Amino acid sequence: MNWIYSPWPWYVSGPMIAFVMFLLLMVGKNFGMSSNLRTMCAICGAGTKADFFKLDWRAQKWNLTVVIGAIIGGFIAANFMTPDAAVAITPETVSDLQKLGFNSAGKAYLPTELFETSALLDFKSLAILIIGGLLVGFGARYAGGCTSGHAISGLSNLQLPSLIAVIGFFIGGLVMIHLLYPLIFA
Amino acid sequence: MRTVVYLFIGILFGITMFKSEAASWFRIYEMFKFDAFHMYGIIGSALVIGVITIQLIKKFDIKSFYGETIHFYPKTRSVSRYLIGGIIFGLGWALAGACPGPMFTLIGAGFMPILIVIAAAILGTFLYGLLKDKLPH
Repeated sequence: MNWIYSPWPWYVSGPMIAFVMFLLLMVGKNFGMSSNLRTMCAICGAGTKADFFKLDWRAQKWNLTVVIGAIIGGFIAANFMTPDAAVAITPETVSDLQKLGFNSAGKAYLPTELFETSALLDFKSLAILIIGGLLVGFGARYAGGCTSGHAISGLSNLQLPSLIAVIGFFIGGLVMIHLLYPLIFA
Repeated sequence: MRTVVYLFIGILFGITMFKSEAASWFRIYEMFKFDAFHMYGIIGSALVIGVITIQLIKKFDIKSFYGETIHFYPKTRSVSRYLIGGIIFGLGWALAGACPGPMFTLIGAGFMPILIVIAAAILGTFLYGLLKDKLPH
């Protein structure tokens, strides 16, 4: 039973993600998490501002239920299945991150510099969380999907648009980490 | 009853996101640095199994648990929206270190600042809805 308390290796995690997609297909649904953000806009009344949000959000209740499950799953995994949450990233990554000022690299699940509650009092950390979130939300809807909708569901269905989107994800990610991080965190 | 099934699938997904460390900001950084195989292994193996699964469902016309035909919706053709939208998403993914699924898992795991990221992501989605007709698609 020790394996369950350790981080899951890729060859357990990847098949589990495919299994989640399979289960959703078998209940007649499609795996895609970012559409929930649109539903949440619709619930908040965004339909009065843009037609894009004029949708029957009740038809999306199933996906919001998946979201609630994902929250509960995070609670269970973090509290009952993970005695040591430190992520064992490679020593190269740790030393790169230390140079950028992330001293929690290799010692935590998320960088404390950004995700400890006290970080919210730091203007720069707060700005990074807000800008990161804005880009994710805007980009996911513009591209018509995120990692689950394009990189997993779309590519599994051999969709060329999803391949273009995933190439875009990587261009954006590589630009951010290799070109912008040294400027942001210097 | 179906609600319980969706909840169960979500819990399975949430546990997988946390335990795989795909919900870790550090793993996303490491992936874009090409320092480790971990994230590529996760996405790659999910894809290989995913492609085979969908091909089998189509070939043998496998029905859902409720006996219905399983529908696949082809994505509309375009390059600009997927490339530009994808790049914007990638910039945010690498900065916040979380994509829309794991964001919710991290609430359950107790990282409250992720609520700021989620609120901003909802706002980003709203901004897209406002600007949609002015953007190249």
